[in-house]
Amino acid sequence: MAIIKTEHLTHCYSHGTPFEKTAVKDINLEIDEGELVGVIGHTGSGKSTLIQHLNGLLKPDSGKVYIDGTDIFESKEILQKTRFKVGLVFQYPEYQLFEETVEKDIAFGPRNLGMSEDEIKAAVTHAMESVGLSDKYRHKSPFELSGGQKRRVAIAGVIAMRPKVLILDEPTAGLDPKGRDRILSLIESYHRSEKNTVLLVSHSMEDIAKYASKVLVMNQGTVFSYGTVEETFSRAEEIEKIGLSVPQVTKLFDMLSKSGYEINEHVYDLDRAEKLLMQLISQKGGKRRAE
Amino acid sequence: MLSDITIGQFFPGKSVVHRMDPRMKLILIVAFIVVLFVVRNAFSFLLLTLCLGIIFAIAKIPGKAIWRGVKPILPLILFTAILNIFFVDGNTLVSFWIFRITDAGLKTAALMAIRIVLLIVGSSLLTYTTSPIALTDAIERLFKPLKVIHFPVHEMAMMMTIALRFIPTLLEETDKIMSAQKARGADLETGGILKRAKALIPILIPLFVSAFRRAEELALAMECRCYRGGEGRTRMKQLHLSTLDWISGSIVALVFVIAIIMNLFLPGTL
Repeated sequence: MAIIKTEHLTHCYSHGTPFEKTAVKDINLEIDEGELVGVIGHTGSGKSTLIQHLNGLLKPDSGKVYIDGTDIFESKEILQKTRFKVGLVFQYPEYQLFEETVEKDIAFGPRNLGMSEDEIKAAVTHAMESVGLSDKYRHKSPFELSGGQKRRVAIAGVIAMRPKVLILDEPTAGLDPKGRDRILSLIESYHRSEKNTVLLVSHSMEDIAKYASKVLVMNQGTVFSYGTVEETFSRAEEIEKIGLSVPQVTKLFDMLSKSGYEINEHVYDLDRAEKLLMQLISQKGGKRRAE
Repeated sequence: MLSDITIGQFFPGKSVVHRMDPRMKLILIVAFIVVLFVVRNAFSFLLLTLCLGIIFAIAKIPGKAIWRGVKPILPLILFTAILNIFFVDGNTLVSFWIFRITDAGLKTAALMAIRIVLLIVGSSLLTYTTSPIALTDAIERLFKPLKVIHFPVHEMAMMMTIALRFIPTLLEETDKIMSAQKARGADLETGGILKRAKALIPILIPLFVSAFRRAEELALAMECRCYRGGEGRTRMKQLHLSTLDWISGSIVALVFVIAIIMNLFLPGTL
C-alpha cells in the first residue's frame, strides 16, 4: 500500500493580495513504503510546498493528503501524530538548533513525542550513530560545531523521532563536496538499515541518480513525472526541455550513441559508465555504425 | 500566518497617490493626525472619512486590506470605548446595578473610536502606497535641518531603512524556524502562558542567532562597498516635488481647512 498519497492537492500563497501565487496544483501522487525518492525541479517548482503538506505544516487549499491511509487533516490529534510519523528536515536545518548541548537538541523531538527518559537516551544515541556523530559531541554546544556537523545534528534531531517517512529538503545545500558525500551516504545507509521511506529533494541529478530508487520531477507546480531512475532519465530530452539537466554521464553516453557507438541502455551512474567505457575501449574504440 | 501582519506592507501601484513625493505624503499624514485630534464635530469626521475613502479608491487599495489593518486594533477600540461609556461623567441615560451610562460617555466613546480607526486607516494609507525605502528617504530629508544641532539624521534614517528592510526577512525566518520546530513536534498553540512562553525559546534563540549573523554579514557587505556614513553621500534617486504634489497637497490641505471650519461653525460636536 502507498504510504504517501495525495489527491488533487492544490495550494496557493497570499490569497487575496497582489502577490497571490499558486505553488502546487492538482497533485496526485502515490509513494510506496520503503522507497528512496529523489525529488527534483526548479526553484519555485513547488517541491518545498509539496513536502510541507506531507506532514501537515501547510494545509492544502483543496485536495487531500493520506499518510498510511489516513487523511492527516481529519483531526488535530491525527495531525500532531503525523508530524512524528513524517519527519521533515528543512533547508539549512542547522539554523533551527537552539539547545545548550547536542544531546538536548536532538532530544527536543523525542521529548515532544512524550518518550520516557530512557527511550529518549536510546533515541539520541541511535540518531547520533545514524548521522555518524561520535559520542564525544554529546555534551558539546551545537553552536561550536562546524557547518557540516551542525547539519548532521539537525538531521539527527528529526531521525531521533523515528519517523516512518523521512523528508530532507536539499540536505547538502552549501556544503563542500566531502560534506555532501558524507551526508548522502549516511542518508542512504540509514534508509537501508531502517527500511523506511525517504524523500530527498536535490538539485543534483548525479546525486539522485546515484542514491534514489524513484525520481519525482516537479515542474511549475505540477508533477512532471514519477518513476524509476531509468524511466526518468530515458526521457532525457523532455527533461532538458523543461530546463533541468540529466546526469553528465547520461549526456556523455547520449552523445556517444549519437556519434555512432553502440549503446543500448541509458547510463546514469558512474560505476556502470566506467564498465561500459572500458568495454568500448577494449573493443578498440568500438564499432562505428556510420562512417 | 505571520506574513498577514500588514503594518508597513506596501501595495505596489502606479496611481497618483503612489507617485506622489513621499515627503508630501508624510507631511499630509502628520497634518491629518493633527486635524483628527483638533476636530470634535461629526460632520468634520464625515468629511475626513470621505476624503480618505476617495484617496483609497484612487490608489486602488482593496477594502480587504483596509480591514486587515483595522482588525488587530479592534480589541483596543472596544476596550477604550467600554471604559469611556462607563466612566465618563454626564447626564445619566441608563443605569443598572453599579453602572450608569451617560450621554457624555457615549459621545466620548464614539469620538475616541472614530479617531483611532481614522488614525490607523490614514497611516496605513501612507504605508500601503509608499515603499518603506521611499518613506525613510522622506524622513531623512525632512529631518535634515536637525543636523545643525548634531542630531544624527543620516544614521537614524539608515537604521530605519535597515530595520524596515529586515522585517519581512525576519518574519520569513521566524516562519521557517516555527515550521522546523513544529516539524519536530513543538506545540506552540496550547497550554497556559508559562508553557507558551517556554515554547517560544526554541524559536527565539535561533532567531537571535540568525539576526546577529545577518547583522554581521550586512555590516561587512556595507564596508566592502566603502560605506562610511552620511558624509558626502549623494543619492541615486533625488526626491523632487512636482506640480502633481503641489496640486494634490493643496486639495488635501483645503479639505483639512474645511474640516476645521466645519468644526468651528457647525453643530454636532461629539
